[in-house]
Amino acid sequence: MAFSRRGVLAGMAAGGGLMLGGCAQEPPTYGNVLRMGDWFTYNAQRMMIPRRALAREYGRGDITSTVAVGTVNPGNDHEAAFNPTAGPLWAQLAAREFAGWALEVVGAVARPGRYSLDTLLRFPARTQITRHTCEEGWSAISEWTGVPLRLVLEHAGIMPGARFVKFETYDLAQDSIDMFDALHPQTILAYGMNGTRLPHGHGAPLRVRVETQLGYKSVKFLRRIVVTEQFDDGGKFGNIAGGYAWFAGI
Amino acid sequence: MVDQHKSASPHARWVRAVHWALAGAVLVLAFSGVMIFMVHPRLYWGLAGNDMTAAWLELPIGPNYRHGGWAPPLHFAPGGHAVISAARTADIFNQNGWARSLHFLAAWLLVGSGLVYAVLALITGHGARNLLPGRDGFAPAVVWADIRAHLGHQAVRPGPPYGVLQRWAYAVVLAAVPVMVCSGLAMSPYVTAGYPWVLDLFGGHQSARSVHFLTFALIALFVVVHLVMVLRTGPLRQLRAMTIGWRET
Repeated sequence: MAFSRRGVLAGMAAGGGLMLGGCAQEPPTYGNVLRMGDWFTYNAQRMMIPRRALAREYGRGDITSTVAVGTVNPGNDHEAAFNPTAGPLWAQLAAREFAGWALEVVGAVARPGRYSLDTLLRFPARTQITRHTCEEGWSAISEWTGVPLRLVLEHAGIMPGARFVKFETYDLAQDSIDMFDALHPQTILAYGMNGTRLPHGHGAPLRVRVETQLGYKSVKFLRRIVVTEQFDDGGKFGNIAGGYAWFAGI
Repeated sequence: MVDQHKSASPHARWVRAVHWALAGAVLVLAFSGVMIFMVHPRLYWGLAGNDMTAAWLELPIGPNYRHGGWAPPLHFAPGGHAVISAARTADIFNQNGWARSLHFLAAWLLVGSGLVYAVLALITGHGARNLLPGRDGFAPAVVWADIRAHLGHQAVRPGPPYGVLQRWAYAVVLAAVPVMVCSGLAMSPYVTAGYPWVLDLFGGHQSARSVHFLTFALIALFVVVHLVMVLRTGPLRQLRAMTIGWRET
């Protein structure tokens, strides 16, 4: 897999732009006083936490049992976030062990494209044993294997104005992270978990792992990645409409 | 126009202002904290814990207590390490959308007013003079006399100066607030990425969560005793002293 020099440079420009102008496009403060608190907490964290901070990585012996929550089967029409168009598609793909599945990468990238599982498997892989911290209060330590999101984004060629990365899925959920977290070395597109292929309940065939934020930011059942210049709150199915903080570092 | 009648209170103006800021923060933190805890009323020791691992305490508060909505577990590696995963099949009670954001908003108020309090208590000498137990706090005869006074029927004289038991209560709660803030931060994935020692201070994410809960219980006990003592020592006088004071003639 060859990485274009231009893609890497564009990525650095995007990252550098973020460091210089960090506050040009904030996540929204609209809604109510709680959103303003979220905005303040987000900025306080970005200001006080070293930029190179990595989430704790654990040893094999620390791996714990875990649970799968939220959508655990996008093909099940009883699920709260069932998507009547994409759900049945996921069920068909799951029946074929995801043969024919591909991740779309579009938006503010130089070369929009589709990445099959085989293509993603040919990228350099990263394996990390990290803690999933759920907003509900529980946590679990698992081993995740995948391709750093940064490599995929740089392969697609991040445009200079790109600031956010949005994840679209096979259920109705969608979410986004800022370019700082998207380029973070521990932010990976995971296809493996605890030495096996990503189980259905944990987001097969591909999920993102955002290790410096709470579990709900590690979106499961990825279908499409949209790189954006403007903040997109995800509408009715984004965290903000659901009342949750968009940035979940705490 | 200068008011001839100076407003008098045993509490300095800044003590009164910060008292109510802290009281408001603690009230909102306790309310939102209980809302958050109700989503997962299980506590663990160690690095991580969830419904598939052993809890040291499960509290029967709310609909999520021992809910049975789990699919049969999946084993990751047959014969290998014994970790399992189970998918949740039931909808659970969860108000964390607003409860978490409210909790952190109130936490900012607590940290802000707490810092103002700490700095002013230090420079005015209020802390050492009125709140900390001092040498008397370690004198068994004085402590014993104060215990008997509290158990007796005659009302304890409202302070300041405060008796040693009250000073010990203040000292413990003053120490509990930083523990509360640190154990709260130890649950943050981003804060602990930047400052891993905060996590290690408590021995892991779920240990920090357990400490956070136990320290909450201690502060809640303080608030209950505090309110009972206010009621025992003339609540109207006490409320007035902690708000507008009274006019000297």
